[in-house]
Amino acid sequence: MMITNLEMVPGKQITKHLGLVQGSSVRAKHVGRDIMASLKNIFGGELKGYTELLQDSREEAVNRMIEQARAVGANAVLNVRFSTSSIAAGAAELFAYGTAVVMD
Amino acid sequence: MVDLIIFLILLASGYGFGRHAEKKHYRSIIAREKELNLIPAIATKLIPATGQLYDSNLVTGNVVISIDYFKRVIAGLRNLVGGRVSSYETLIDRARREAILRMKQQAKSEGAEMVFNIKLETSSIHKGRRNAVGSVEVLAYGTALIPK
Repeated sequence: MMITNLEMVPGKQITKHLGLVQGSSVRAKHVGRDIMASLKNIFGGELKGYTELLQDSREEAVNRMIEQARAVGANAVLNVRFSTSSIAAGAAELFAYGTAVVMD
Repeated sequence: MVDLIIFLILLASGYGFGRHAEKKHYRSIIAREKELNLIPAIATKLIPATGQLYDSNLVTGNVVISIDYFKRVIAGLRNLVGGRVSSYETLIDRARREAILRMKQQAKSEGAEMVFNIKLETSSIHKGRRNAVGSVEVLAYGTALIPK
């Protein structure tokens, strides 16, 4: 499965369009990390726990998107975009979407 | 009185640690930017037709950075008079550059020559009291071109 955020892949032809595929993941952080984060809010600096958390959940979203693409019989997802939204206090939604295609 | 003392302690430690952390971070960013200059990050979609064949792969880099207490207080004061909020400017600048560096680092470890179609996304993650922005997340992503 090829994942790219270009609209085409050099040297390859798109033979079939299969439409939009998407994956999302909603995560909340645990209390321990929240406490660490409020300490960091005083001193400033990187919140490593959050960075990892968001990275993991973004991977999860991409994996779900890949699963969906596989289910419709695609072998590549083009023009992938990410979006983040905080839906409640302490929880964030990570969303990935793209166009599923068949390439030769 | 106790409240005032706590406030001053927070302010002082925010000023001290925050300044130190920011300087250190900028030094590390500048050093790594020099090192990763060999992999250009390009914001266009079109790949130059040089005849070279590439494998492509999505690369991402993200970082969550928090502002310190001192700067948050300064930004709150700035809200009263308006104007440039430079304490947030440096926070976001650091986050963007760090995210791009992490993305390039991933591209480098995969043997890429350049990264195309860079997109940047910013979101505020942690909202403090009265919806004050506490920390921002920046995600940078693009397509790494790996020569075949």
